[in-house]
Amino acid sequence: MRPHEIVETALAQCTVDAMTVICEEHSQTNLRWAANTLTTNGVMRSVDMTVVAIAGSGKGRAAGVASASVADASDVAAIVSRAEAAARASDPSPDAGDLIAGSISDAFDTAPEETSPDVFAQFAPALGDWFGRARDAKFELFGFAEHEMTTTYLGNTAGLRLRHVQPTGRLEITGKSDGRKRSTWVGRSTRDFLDIDVDALDTEVATQLGWAERSIALDPGRYEVLLPPSAVADLMVYLYWNNAARDAAEGRTVFSRPGGGTRIGDQLTESPLSLFSDPAYPGMQCSPFVVAHASGSTDSVYDNGLPLQRTAWIDNGQLAALGQTRHSAALTSGALTPMVDNVALEVAGANSSTADLIASTERGLLLTTLWYIREVDAQTLLLTGLTRDGVYLVEGGEVVGAVNNFRFNESPVDLLSRVVGASATEVTLPREWSDFFTRAAMPTLRVADFNMSTVSQAS
Amino acid sequence: MSVHTQDAIDEEFRSLPLQALADAALQAARDGGATYAAFRMERILGTSIRLRDADVEGINDTEDVGYSIRVIVDGTWGFAADVGRSPAAVVRTTRRALDLARVSAPVNTEPVELAPEPVHQGIWRSSYEIDPWSVPQEEKLALLQDWSRRLLAAPGIDHVDTSLFAVKENKFYADLSGTVTTQQRVRMFPEFDAVTINADTGAFETMGTIAPPVGRGWEYLTGPGYDWATELAALPGWLVDKLNAPSVEPGRYDVVIDPSNLWLTIHESIGHATELDRALGYEANYAGMSFATPDKLGTLQYGSSIMHITGDRTVENGLSSVGWDDEGVQAQSFDIVKEGVLVGYQLDRRIASRVGYERSNGCAFADSPGHVPIQRMANVSLQPAVNGPSTEQMIADVEDGLYIVGDKSWSIDMQRYNFQFTGQRFFRIKSGQLAGQVKDVAYQATTTDFWGSMAVVGGPDTYVLGGAFNCGKAQPGQVAPVSHGAPSATFTAVNILNTAAEGAR
Repeated sequence: MRPHEIVETALAQCTVDAMTVICEEHSQTNLRWAANTLTTNGVMRSVDMTVVAIAGSGKGRAAGVASASVADASDVAAIVSRAEAAARASDPSPDAGDLIAGSISDAFDTAPEETSPDVFAQFAPALGDWFGRARDAKFELFGFAEHEMTTTYLGNTAGLRLRHVQPTGRLEITGKSDGRKRSTWVGRSTRDFLDIDVDALDTEVATQLGWAERSIALDPGRYEVLLPPSAVADLMVYLYWNNAARDAAEGRTVFSRPGGGTRIGDQLTESPLSLFSDPAYPGMQCSPFVVAHASGSTDSVYDNGLPLQRTAWIDNGQLAALGQTRHSAALTSGALTPMVDNVALEVAGANSSTADLIASTERGLLLTTLWYIREVDAQTLLLTGLTRDGVYLVEGGEVVGAVNNFRFNESPVDLLSRVVGASATEVTLPREWSDFFTRAAMPTLRVADFNMSTVSQAS
Repeated sequence: MSVHTQDAIDEEFRSLPLQALADAALQAARDGGATYAAFRMERILGTSIRLRDADVEGINDTEDVGYSIRVIVDGTWGFAADVGRSPAAVVRTTRRALDLARVSAPVNTEPVELAPEPVHQGIWRSSYEIDPWSVPQEEKLALLQDWSRRLLAAPGIDHVDTSLFAVKENKFYADLSGTVTTQQRVRMFPEFDAVTINADTGAFETMGTIAPPVGRGWEYLTGPGYDWATELAALPGWLVDKLNAPSVEPGRYDVVIDPSNLWLTIHESIGHATELDRALGYEANYAGMSFATPDKLGTLQYGSSIMHITGDRTVENGLSSVGWDDEGVQAQSFDIVKEGVLVGYQLDRRIASRVGYERSNGCAFADSPGHVPIQRMANVSLQPAVNGPSTEQMIADVEDGLYIVGDKSWSIDMQRYNFQFTGQRFFRIKSGQLAGQVKDVAYQATTTDFWGSMAVVGGPDTYVLGGAFNCGKAQPGQVAPVSHGAPSATFTAVNILNTAAEGAR
């Protein structure tokens, strides 16, 4: 049974008042390696269906959601009945709304696209060669390459039929030398692995390990830092995940206005920076419609199929929008700005490279990535975490050596007000969050007074 | 172990063509030159109920049914997973695993060998009384809404977030050696989180229940397993007091840590640090490595001499407890730190063989049919002192300190040295008496310094099995449930940060 037929079969069995069906065909292939040798690998294929059954009408509408893997037609009937039974046994949904009406997209009955280990045809042999060079040069490579393809079919009883093909690829490499005392990292987000240049990665790893030949011990304190795109992405993705309009309006987030309402309209920084999402952003295209498997602060299963467009969250330093569902937009009298599966930060006029930023640094720390980022205080969105795989001291415009790692305590919101420089924006891989969010485009940021709270002995 | 007959396992799982598909896969693997092959079929049911201020935010029901074949061909792994349930589909999937092993061989320089394991055949079910799937949704919803409304009605409480996650996991495993096992586990994680807001200043605080996730059934909410009534009654008062509490003066304090907080410190600074795959570098790009490297086995002073850490996959209601692991190894229990010294690691069959252990201690786990088994955490626990004191006695023996209850924020570096934890509530201890709450508290330390400062270990009466549903490791990412037993314990001169000061300029 093909995915679009699964959707039609399920909708044809609907005995409640309304229904949305999402069918996702997913394929994935990966390679993992450590110490210059392969450790694990895999190819996986699955077909999953989510049924949102809606029982009742008007304000009395209740939703039941069932998701399951689908092997044959009998599974479809079982999932539909489970969702319907759950809807009938549930309370009315506060976020109840009419289904998104629409037409049948031309591609709806097109077969899903699949990935296979062939996607690594160019990359894997080049990696094997790199292992050989690494062994000769006495350094070690650790890493992971993954390619996924998800084809989503979404249909509802209001006539809407949508299809979206989402390729997602990521590549991460940690290089270690000198008995694993020196460590560095490079990462890429990719749609097809055809843009992966192993020689360029090799050069980056070698350069950064070279920087670590001199090691320098520094105390905790506040430092000017250069945060590269991956590190900026990890901070901004966390901010993005915490931008629920409803939570803010209820007074329980960093974007709440004391006394009531949200901080939309507040100038967060004097830096001319903009944080936005755009389903059509080149290199990180994502679903142009809402796909919601569960309702939450920024998601509503009733919104499935809602069109998405470019949305500015921070516009020229000013908080411009927060994540909304139709329900929360009504509650908070806000614009309908649903979350999108990518995020970008751009600083107006910034067109230099990271190398230019290093060259113009009097004294500061160049970081590589951040790790183990966790929320410490919701009021300020204070986060803690570690620097990882390379902290380099820059003096007089040059990298002079590698510094010990630090634990930081910083808020990604407060930090925006201390942005004093930026490079051009590039597509990057958020290292910490790449299991959940891979599509980010970020600049390198120069941030003043970054709080390095204590030293970590990890290398 | 609990029950050992077929009817211990759900009919829906037993009725799948488990043995027939396994036979087809293993024959195809043997024909294809595999020296090891394992067929694993799983059915994982999940249910999630989420309430917002006692209204239904979402109810989700998930079911993941699928299988995988893992092979070793000429010393290289191959792995493939699919959902098609015919012998022909299984054979196709097996061939994909064999092909992947062959194309991967050129980048593999370390032939895979597995530590030997006796052949096992059996059925195991975790210890629970009421299958959560046997309870009508209306009944679950009614209980959660009633308790949420009670919290919401308390003075000072502005919002209540409620969630219940329940999982039922079936695993069937068969390998070329003849091992065939069938298992069923149930686990539950109910949570209530309250918010209080000062409308004038906009200051807010949150506090959640400290009831741990457990390997129990619905009886966890209705039976004698946990005193929900007392905790839910006290929580609003504690939360309002916390909002109005003074901010902590940073500095060095003696701290009495409640098991509801200490389990997570054990998890991060001992559990992960003593995973042998991490210590060897297998996780270097992702979860990280460990300071506790194999060359220090038997000599590393991990903590004070009263520290005794065990690993097990056998404790009743433990989230990591099983009959056999995902490589067909029988569940065991073992020492990790004895009298303060590192004496053991958590193992799977490959890494056990690599460093010369005669047998794996059974810590292989895959979180879904589509993922490869890797070394995951046993229930790693701090053993109580046989005649140790009560928590009250421990507090009475502290002159000037803090009593820390409940886990909240957590972070530790990639070699498990530097950590920082917060908690749900922090009471000042002055002259052996609790003297009200303080807020904005975090404790930050280096692992061996912290465990070296452990001065008192509480008695068996203070021991609680805490744990987590969502421990992350590996690429592609996998989540694993795990329990950690802990008594209360006293640590001296611990570095206490003020988190408000950390965030200020």
